[in-house]
Amino acid sequence: MARAIPLERGLPRFSARPRIGTIAKHAVLIAVAVLVAYPFYFMLTSSFKDVLEAARTPPTIFPTEFHPENYTDAWNRAPWGRYFVNTIFVSVTVTVLELATACLAAYAFARMRFRGKTILFTVFLATLMIPAEATLIPNYVLMSPSRNGCLGLPCLGWFDSYQVQIVPFIASAFSIFLMRQFFLSIPSELADAARIDGAGHLRFLWSIVLPLSVPALITAGLITFLGSWNAFQWPLIVTSKPDFRPVQVGLSGFRQEAGSSYHLLMAAATFVVAPIVVLFLVAQRYLVQGIARTGIRG
Amino acid sequence: MAAEVIPARVRASPRRRLPVETIQAWLFLLPAVVIIGVFKVIPAIAAFYMSLFKWDVIQGAFRGLGNYTDWLYDSALRSPDFWRALSTTFAYVIFTVPLEMAIALVLAYLLFQKMRARGLYRTLYYLPYVTSFVAAAAVFVWVFNPQYGPANEVLGLFGIGAQKWLEEPSGIFELAASAFGITLPAWLAGPSLALLVLSLVTVWHYLGYQIVIFLAGLSNISQEFYEAARLDGASERQIFTKITLPLLSPTTFFVFTVASIGVLRSFDSVYVLTNGGPLDTTRTVTLLVFRTAFQQAQFGLGSALAFILTLVILLFTLIQFRVLGRRVQYG
Repeated sequence: MARAIPLERGLPRFSARPRIGTIAKHAVLIAVAVLVAYPFYFMLTSSFKDVLEAARTPPTIFPTEFHPENYTDAWNRAPWGRYFVNTIFVSVTVTVLELATACLAAYAFARMRFRGKTILFTVFLATLMIPAEATLIPNYVLMSPSRNGCLGLPCLGWFDSYQVQIVPFIASAFSIFLMRQFFLSIPSELADAARIDGAGHLRFLWSIVLPLSVPALITAGLITFLGSWNAFQWPLIVTSKPDFRPVQVGLSGFRQEAGSSYHLLMAAATFVVAPIVVLFLVAQRYLVQGIARTGIRG
Repeated sequence: MAAEVIPARVRASPRRRLPVETIQAWLFLLPAVVIIGVFKVIPAIAAFYMSLFKWDVIQGAFRGLGNYTDWLYDSALRSPDFWRALSTTFAYVIFTVPLEMAIALVLAYLLFQKMRARGLYRTLYYLPYVTSFVAAAAVFVWVFNPQYGPANEVLGLFGIGAQKWLEEPSGIFELAASAFGITLPAWLAGPSLALLVLSLVTVWHYLGYQIVIFLAGLSNISQEFYEAARLDGASERQIFTKITLPLLSPTTFFVFTVASIGVLRSFDSVYVLTNGGPLDTTRTVTLLVFRTAFQQAQFGLGSALAFILTLVILLFTLIQFRVLGRRVQYG
């Protein structure tokens, strides 16, 4: 990540002499940290309380009795296994395919000379400005049963399916730009050497460029995966059966289902949030770098 | 022989190689072009086309700009909803963006200095950003529950009476004034307390993201400016206001537009926290689009409304491009 912004660089002077200012700074940082972390703490502790204690005011700081069976109760109240399989399948597929299309397109933009390059690049750039809201209704119609006409052609009829949650998202101009930027930083001498050795573009991309681009691939992959894992509005409108619904839509429905069983809702929220939080803790530096470099906001 | 092979390759001039490479490049681009074309470019054009028709599930009569004028002034049924939703949306932006930016800037400035546990703070602040609004809402709806929520407990510590939070349709100025026994006229009531809570949850969600952007911006300011200022005996406050803030302004502006656009188009937060209520005081434009299109099945009207929102968002984007010019780089 030659161009990555060095986030860790600080102002040297402030480390020189610890003083009251330092304590004040930590006080501010800790106060905000408590506010930020409180909902997580509340969720986690409530998920282990029994039904009465979960609704007690003021809330107990810590469960008086541990009820880990809340998790199995919550799990059995809704088809969570199915929701998780759906979300994992959709997120992984979207991420893998999106990286594939992004690498191919980014390579063409970064390393190849072809007619229409400038105009296509401009069009892709322009699509970044189109908000999802603008395309929501036509895409919904496009997915509707095929007897409805779509610009004279039959519609796709993809409601309640995996492809409706996957196919529209397997290419994004954002990932293409991210990867292109990285590919441009790979020295062109490598390309010349590869060409002299008789390697074609595809071979050069596969055996030289991609192994050098692992950090960028992880960054782009994480941003895509995060968006896919947390996707809500689109699956909400194009799926109606649990067979294809993802965890976020499942959790939204479970809020009504759980009703006053607040401890169960907190257990469900915990296991929906946990995988992505763990993934973030493991790979945060890639995600943070990606956001610092591109300014994407999900 | 081998010596001849290489010159032959080199002699393959760009002019002769170009068509082959053009075909190859377009093959590389094909998957992305098809997907972005079919699911992004064509739908964006189709949305405008649909907005010109009466379109309830199936295409009806051509209305020209009728759907737009219905929203803007023509329909006694639609236009009050539109103007109310638009002002709610802007109130949501105004409650959220400045607060979010101010907190993020201060925290980023503190975190930028060498100190203990910097990584830990940053990780913690960042956690809400990876958490979905659906999961966050499950927690916050309870935290702000009028009967059981800990939020009222905290208010109680300060001797303030219990509030209805996300279920409170009264305006915040109205509530504040009534605490002093003053009754405000309706036009001064202000946006609802529910909207303010919605904004606070949104700030919570995006804070870490903005800190990261501000940190990146801070690290782009050359150390030489700081050193020169110190040699001249500038105080820490002077350094912040005279050096950091002005040099950070492109980043600040970038964060402002991106955050504003983010709130303008936010759907998940509103849908899961209040679903537009209480008494429609948090019904934003995106939620109105959703209801018009997917609950009333008015695709034409919905598309027109989405198009109006898109124009507002494009305006922010264009201002951003204009002001920042080449300083913002994608990728």
